[in-house]
Amino acid sequence: MTPVCPLDRLVPERGVAVLVGGHQVALFRVTDPATGEDRVHAVSHLDPFSGAHVMARGIVGSSGERVTVASPMYKQVFDLATGACLTEPDVRLPVWPTRILEGLVHVADRPAEQPVDPSLDPSAALAAATP
Amino acid sequence: MTETSTRKRLVVVGGGMVAHRLVEAVADRDTAGEWHVDVFAEESRAPYDRVALTSFFSGRDPEDLLLGDGSLWRREGVRLHTNAPVKAVDTAARQVHARGRVYDYDALVLATGSSAFVPPVEGSDLPGSFVYRTVDDVTELRAWVTDRGAELDRPVRGAVVGGGLLGLEAAGALQAMGVESTVVEFAPRLMALQVDEGGGEALRRLIEKLGITVRTSTATKRIKAGRNGRVARMDFDGGDRLPVDVVVFATGVRPRDELARAAGLPVGERGGVRVDEACAVPGHDDVYAVGEVACIDGRCWGLVGPGNTMAEVVVDRLLGGGATFPGADTSTKLKLLGVDVASFGDVFAAQAGSLEVVHSDPVNGVYKKLVVSDDAQTLLGGVLVGDASAYASLRPLVGSPLGADPTAWLLPEGVEGPPSTELPDAANVCSCNNVSAGAIRCAVTEQGCTDLPAVKACSRAGTSCGSCLPLVKTLMTSELEKAGVEVSDALCEHFAVSRAQLFDIVRVTGLRTFSEIIAAHGTGRGCDICRPVVASILSSLGTGHVLDADQARLQDTNDHVMANLQKDGTYSVVPRIPGGEITPEGLLVIGQVAQDFGLYTKITGGQRIDLFGARMEQLPAIWKRLVDAGFESGQAYGKAVRTVKSCVGSTWCRYGVQDSVGLAIALELRYRGLRAPHKIKLGVSGCARECAEARSKDVGVIATENGWNLYVGGNGGFTPRHAQLFAEDLDTETLVRTIDRFLMYYVRTADRLQRTAPWVEQVGMDEVRRVVLDDSLGIAADLDAAMAAHVDSYEDEWAATLDDPEKLAHFVSFVNEPDTADPSLAYVTERGQRRPATADERREGVLVAGPTLEVRS
Ligand code: SRM
Ligand SMILES: Cc1cc2nc3c(=O)[nH]c(=O)nc-3n(C[C@H](O)[C@H](O)[C@H](O)COP(=O)(O)OP(=O)(O)OC[C@H]3O[C@@H](n4cnc5c(N)ncnc54)[C@H](O)[C@@H]3O)c2cc1C
Ligand code: SF4
Ligand code: FES
Repeated sequence: MTPVCPLDRLVPERGVAVLVGGHQVALFRVTDPATGEDRVHAVSHLDPFSGAHVMARGIVGSSGERVTVASPMYKQVFDLATGACLTEPDVRLPVWPTRILEGLVHVADRPAEQPVDPSLDPSAALAAATP
Repeated sequence: MTETSTRKRLVVVGGGMVAHRLVEAVADRDTAGEWHVDVFAEESRAPYDRVALTSFFSGRDPEDLLLGDGSLWRREGVRLHTNAPVKAVDTAARQVHARGRVYDYDALVLATGSSAFVPPVEGSDLPGSFVYRTVDDVTELRAWVTDRGAELDRPVRGAVVGGGLLGLEAAGALQAMGVESTVVEFAPRLMALQVDEGGGEALRRLIEKLGITVRTSTATKRIKAGRNGRVARMDFDGGDRLPVDVVVFATGVRPRDELARAAGLPVGERGGVRVDEACAVPGHDDVYAVGEVACIDGRCWGLVGPGNTMAEVVVDRLLGGGATFPGADTSTKLKLLGVDVASFGDVFAAQAGSLEVVHSDPVNGVYKKLVVSDDAQTLLGGVLVGDASAYASLRPLVGSPLGADPTAWLLPEGVEGPPSTELPDAANVCSCNNVSAGAIRCAVTEQGCTDLPAVKACSRAGTSCGSCLPLVKTLMTSELEKAGVEVSDALCEHFAVSRAQLFDIVRVTGLRTFSEIIAAHGTGRGCDICRPVVASILSSLGTGHVLDADQARLQDTNDHVMANLQKDGTYSVVPRIPGGEITPEGLLVIGQVAQDFGLYTKITGGQRIDLFGARMEQLPAIWKRLVDAGFESGQAYGKAVRTVKSCVGSTWCRYGVQDSVGLAIALELRYRGLRAPHKIKLGVSGCARECAEARSKDVGVIATENGWNLYVGGNGGFTPRHAQLFAEDLDTETLVRTIDRFLMYYVRTADRLQRTAPWVEQVGMDEVRRVVLDDSLGIAADLDAAMAAHVDSYEDEWAATLDDPEKLAHFVSFVNEPDTADPSLAYVTERGQRRPATADERREGVLVAGPTLEVRS
């Protein structure tokens, strides 16, 4: 895990991007309305539909019980906890485990599980293409 | 090619509508990943909606016609080769030849469609004669008409040969481009295949009313060239002539069976690859043909619905099933130039003993006919011209009891509602995609769909020509109501009220934060629909800066960073240039900023300058320079007032009668920053010549000798509308007060993302006049006060942001590496400026620059 910034640096329900282990990761601080407890979600900053690194600039919201973010580019909605795209079930954002330790946000060095299908993770394709 | 060796290879020849459906079905149903699919498409585009081709002329971008969202072609196991015609098929070796090499297949599907048929008329190959089948065809046609129009000092003259469905579509397209058009039909009536004589007559009257000349029973003998070698005249049998600048042939199609013929596959008498009920070519159980190229039971189907059914049959067969082609129907509905035409079932009353029930109203241009069984109980078919509103309900009833006196269905809309009949589950509601009423009900009751987009996605109904949508919606609503779900105009899942209601709630309750508003009047955390709506409402009510703490998280990224998001994740910057007037010094500043930051520059359609390719972290530095030089935000990113376009007016122009630039600047400075349900554009022209195109704006002002004429409700974009005259010869003060009230009334009551044109249409022009001009609701003082408050509280969002370190702190690329640019950005130089590299350029490595190279500051 890598410490990236103080929790206070994150405004609730507004994303920011961080660089972790060469990956662009989008962080979202979400406060549980009942308990007042803070959670930090980390998903890939790469929007799989547009191929641009913009997810941290999406609007946070909810769909039923799920906390979501909508891509700012073409507005597909993703579950922040699992990375699953709600409108296109085959697509999923990689998710990074996070931890809050002594007021600092820590992000794992790699995503929770490798995406099953490499064609769903254009970052691999981009990385391969960028000389 | 690196094939996964265990997979079977499916090769699809042709990348048209049916090929798209076929691959979609493989992707959906081949869950075991048995097949790897290669699609070879001769055209340069991914499969697109040919049925909607004509919408190209109403300004739709060819990209908007693409089928699906493109993700199908990015799937693993699916490969689309564009610009890749298959040159030959070798069924013995099981190979196709394309792109200069061979590809093996385990199964082959021919989906090569048809080509437009041009009769062997002398001169049909002259420059200026066209067919109407592909996006390239219509692109060339449009370019020709535009070029000819520019050369001639009279309207372009055009003729369409063929008065069938396609010919009328083409005539509509010509008409839309301002061409004086004639339809030439060999048969004695229009749409001879679909409608009967009475229907054809009604249709002719409606089409002629639109200014299109119709010549039936006319044979074209030859087309003559003028001195420049281009189409100039048509000669008809019998000696008549017609001067023309453009000719479109819409004289039918021929199956593209040339590959199959060359490969020795059997073809039908009138062409088409012969297939059995499994769509397989006899004697070749690994070769199939689908869509327009397939000749099944001795006939080829020229409609997308039967083609889609064939695609489903083949996919079922590929996966081991035993599906067969069940036949199809030839129902059609067409809406062209605002004329409805529909025909379905046994149009010509061919069945023995059938009865025809006709309602004809020549004054209103309506002709309706139902064909019923001899006891008048069962519906067999029908023709509707001029008013086809009953089509969606009637077509699925073909073969079933009508449930009422047939004449009840023929009465004009609104006289007495057509009898309500529960459609049987088996009734086919969407003929393009073969979806039954039962399947739509099931989408609601079993698959949990609660809105139209969900039902469309789930059942595919309504995703092609769209003519079934009213019925799909009715079925969905009644199913939802049965289940006790209330169908409302709710904004989204978080707010049960409409935007206008929410506006009133916020205005009246005085709640000023999103948290309070959603806690009191909504549920959950909100979403990308309701959050920006609340932000916009709060802004319209003048509640401070867009980036104030509570509001910031409601904003779409454009409002959030006060710039426009571009495809690669960078932003564009548009400083306000009121009325389009700019000093040379101002131009130099913009040029210098662009040069220093390596930004691509372009003059916009709104008379100002757009600077593209700014990274989020660069925005404050760019704006610092602009603000210091006296520029302010142009709100190009907001649902807000954009520009007031002006012409040069009386200051310089020899025809101008008023100072249009002066008024445009005054209006832009008055309304700048006003946030609204959608963007608002204004225009001011200095005389009736209308060089500022004011009538295409939400608010258009045209100078007269005595003052100003005010027009409202104009729109460019997808559904263009000319603004309509609202008030005449106003003095400047009255003009401004009237615009104030009009805009505020719109801001308060319109729906989310509703421009003034559809809003005026919804409210009714007379009603808007009563409220704005006669104060019929007694709210004028209130509207005036609201606008005054807006004008007083205006501040430049960018200047305010630059003064606030807390707001500036958000403009970083990465929180833990604030100065590192997004490493995935890549640019190439084109025409002396940089632009984002395409995927191909990235792959081929012809990159010239990463994100930061060209930046000088
Ligand atoms: C930059 C510009 C094109 C250009 O290079 O000329 C442009 C660019 C965009 N237009 Fe436009 N429009 C531009 C003039 C126009 C015009 C012409 C005009 O204003 O005279 C029209 C037709 C007039 C009208 O609006 O009625 C126009 C009709 C649209 C529409 C269709 C609106 C409609 O009611 O149907 C959209 C889509 C939408 O807003 O939903 C759109 C949307 C867009 C968006 C916001 C699309 C997007 O989401 O990325 C583009 C982003 C702007 C950017 O990145 O800076 N743009 N757009 C023009 C900016 C003008 C300016 O100075 O602010
Ligand atoms: C203006 C217009 C309006 C229409 N309106 C309607 C309507 O309202 N309702 C309706 O049901 N139908 C309508 N149609 C008909 C409908 O578009 C067709 O029935 C449908 O597109 C047929 O699909 P297809 O895939 O068989 O053929 P196409 O869509 O024609 O696709 C065939 C593709 O194969 C390609 N191809 C051919 N040979 C090769 C080769 N050797 N190698 C590689 N590629 C090849 C062609 O370039 C073409 O792109 C309309 C058609 C037009 C032109
Ligand atoms: S609209 Fe009139 S005043 Fe304005 S430029 Fe055209 S001719 Fe001149
Ligand atoms: S009938 Fe064409 S989309 Fe349904």
